[in-house]
Amino acid sequence: MLGKLTLSAIPLDVPILVGTFTGVVIVALAVLGAITYFGKWGYLWREWLTSVDHKRLGIMYIVLALVMLFRGFADAVMMRSQLALAYNGNPGYLPPHHYDQVFSAHGTIMIFFMAMAFMTGLLNVIVPLQIGARDVAFPFLNSLSFWMTTISAVLINVSLFIGEFAQCGWLVYPPLSEQQFSPGVGVDYYIWAVQLAGVGTLLTGVNFFVTIVKMRAPGMDWMKLPVFTWTALVTVVLIMAVFPVLTVTLGELALDRYLGMHFFTNDGGGSVQLYLSLIWTWGHPEVYILILPAFGVFSEITQTFSRKPLFGYRVMVYATLAIGVLSFIVWVHHFFTMGAGPNVNAFFGVATMIIAVPTGVKIFNWLFTMYKGRIQLNGMMYWVIGFMVVFSIGGMTGVMMAMPAADFVLHNSLFLIAHFHNVIIGGVYFGYVAGLNFWWPKVLGFKMNESWGKRAFWCWFIGFFVAFVPLYIAGFEGMTRRMNHYDNADWHVQMLIASGGAASLLWVLSASCCRSMSRSVIAILQRTVTSRVIRGMHVRWNGRCHRPRRLTTSPFYRTFMESIRSIPKSRSVVVAMKARR
Amino acid sequence: MSQASTHQHEGESHGSFASYIIGFVLAAILTVAAFAIVEMHLLSPGMTFGVISGLAVVQIFVHLIYFLHMNSSSSQSWNNTAFAFAAVCVLIIIGGTIFVIHDVGMNMMSR
Repeated sequence: MLGKLTLSAIPLDVPILVGTFTGVVIVALAVLGAITYFGKWGYLWREWLTSVDHKRLGIMYIVLALVMLFRGFADAVMMRSQLALAYNGNPGYLPPHHYDQVFSAHGTIMIFFMAMAFMTGLLNVIVPLQIGARDVAFPFLNSLSFWMTTISAVLINVSLFIGEFAQCGWLVYPPLSEQQFSPGVGVDYYIWAVQLAGVGTLLTGVNFFVTIVKMRAPGMDWMKLPVFTWTALVTVVLIMAVFPVLTVTLGELALDRYLGMHFFTNDGGGSVQLYLSLIWTWGHPEVYILILPAFGVFSEITQTFSRKPLFGYRVMVYATLAIGVLSFIVWVHHFFTMGAGPNVNAFFGVATMIIAVPTGVKIFNWLFTMYKGRIQLNGMMYWVIGFMVVFSIGGMTGVMMAMPAADFVLHNSLFLIAHFHNVIIGGVYFGYVAGLNFWWPKVLGFKMNESWGKRAFWCWFIGFFVAFVPLYIAGFEGMTRRMNHYDNADWHVQMLIASGGAASLLWVLSASCCRSMSRSVIAILQRTVTSRVIRGMHVRWNGRCHRPRRLTTSPFYRTFMESIRSIPKSRSVVVAMKARR
Repeated sequence: MSQASTHQHEGESHGSFASYIIGFVLAAILTVAAFAIVEMHLLSPGMTFGVISGLAVVQIFVHLIYFLHMNSSSSQSWNNTAFAFAAVCVLIIIGGTIFVIHDVGMNMMSR
C-alpha cells in the first residue's frame, strides 16, 4: 500500500540526519507547546493561517523565507566544512551520496523557497500599499499561492528524514535525473516540490499583474508609479512568461520518469540538450525576476535617504523594461560548452554583454541620486552602497564569462559559483534585507535596531569577500563545482579561507537574527499588551516613497470570511493620490 | 464571487451569424486545402511543408478574427497587447529553442 515507503527509507544510519531530526522535533514540540500554553491556536488559525490579507500573507512569506534561509545556510556550512576537511585522502564527513543531496537542496531551497518567497513577501506587503489598493486583485488566490509554496518547502524538508533528496544539482539535469540513473525518490521530491511552488508563483504573477494594471489609485498613471512597483510589474510579467516553461519542462521530465517516455533520455530519441535549453529559458529570466524587485528596493531607499527625488526616474523605468526584454535572449550563456556553433554562442554572448548596459545605467542613476544629496548614512544605505560595490564586481565577472571563449575555461568551475553568489548575495539578498529593514516600520510600527543592522552589514560584506574570493581563485586554478574531495594543495588553502568566511557569515546570521527577532518579539508582546491595534505610524522615513501618505502603518483588516463579504468594496481606494511630481 | 463577474465587458463584440458563417467557411476551406495537398501529393515534399505551414498561420488568424473576435479597436487594446506578448514569447522560446537545438544538432552531428 505504501509503495516504496518502508522503514529503510528513514536514514537511521546517518548520524547527522538523526541529530538534525532530533533537533527539529525538539524545536517543533517547543513551538507547538508554547502555542498551546498561551492558548493561541484559535488566533493563529483565524488571523494568520486562514487569512487572505496581503500584509499577513506577505509577513508569512518572509517568515518562510527566513526559515528556509536558515536551512539553506546550514547546507552551505556543511559544504564549506566538508571541502575544508576532505583533502589529500581524507574523505571528510559527508559521503558523496549525502554531499550530492546537500548541494542540490542548497540551490533548490535558496532560489525557490528563500529568494522567491522573500521577493513575493515584499511584493505582498508593499505593492498594494504603494498603489493605494485595498488588497491584491484575487486575495484568495494569493493565499493559495502562499500555501502551495509552503507545502513545497515542507516537502523538501521532509525529504531530509524520509527517503532522500535529488542528487543531481538544483536543476536536476537529465540523463542523471532520469529513472535509469536516479531510481530513488529524490528527484520525485524535487519535481513535486518545484512544480507546486512554480504554479504558486505563476498564480502570484497573474495576481499582481492584474493588481498593478487594474487597481492603481485614480490619477496614478504609468510614469507616476513608484519605482518598486514598476520593478514588481516587470518581474510579474517575466513570471507569467517563463514559469509555464518550467512547469512544462519538469512535467516532461516527470512523464519520462513515470510513464517511460523519452523526452530527455539518452535512448529512444530523447534530447538531453533540449532540457538544458528549456530549463534555462526559464532559469535566466528567473534570476532577473529575483533581482529586479531588489533594484526597486535600492531605488526607494536611495531616494529616501538622499533626500532627493530619484535621478532619472524615466531612465530607470526604461532600463528595467530593457532588462526585462533582454533577459529573454541570453539563456544559452548557461551552456556555451554544450556544443552549439559559433553563431549561436556569439549571439547569446553579445546579448549577455548588452544586458550589462541597462544594469550599469541603474548603478549610475543611484550614484547621481546620492550626488549632492543630504545623505543619511544609516544601516539601509550601508546595504545600498555595499550592494553597488559587490554587485559591480559580480557584474564584471559576469561579463567575463559572457565571452564564450572564456566560458570554455570557466564553465562549471568554482569561478562560476563565486560569480553567481556574488550577484545573488550582493544584489538579491542585500536588496531584500535592506527592503525588510526599510519597510519593517511600515509593517510593525517600530524600527529595527540600527547598530545591529550595521554590524550585520559589515559581517555580510566582509564575510562575503572572505567566503567567495577564494572560490574565484580556486576556480581559476581549475577546481570544479560539486566536488566531494580533492588532492590539490593550492585549492586547500582557498577552501580553508572560504570556510572562515562562511563561519563569519554564519555568526552574523545567527547573532543578528536572534537579536532582531528577540527585539521584535518583545516589542510585539509589549504592544499587544498595551493596545490591540497598532496605531498610526510613529516612524516614517521622511521619504517621498510611502506613496499613500495618509496611510501609515497598515492595519490588518481581513480574514477569509470577511474578505468574501467585502469583495464589492475591494476596489474602494484608501487614499486620494497626489501627483508624483 | 458573483460580484466580480459583474465587471462589464468593455466593448467586446460577440459576432454576428454572418461573421460566424464566414469564419466557418474560411476555416473549412483552409483545412480541406491542407489535407488535399498532403493526400493527393499535389506538391513536392518541401513545397508541401511550406504551404501547409502557411495555411496553418492563416487558419490561426481566421480563428482569432472570426471566433475570438479580435480586432484593432481601442477597447481591445489589452487583448491585443496580451496577444502580442504571447506571440513574442512563442517567437523567442520556440524560435530560440529551434535555433539553438538545430545548431547543436548540426555541430555535434547528433542527428
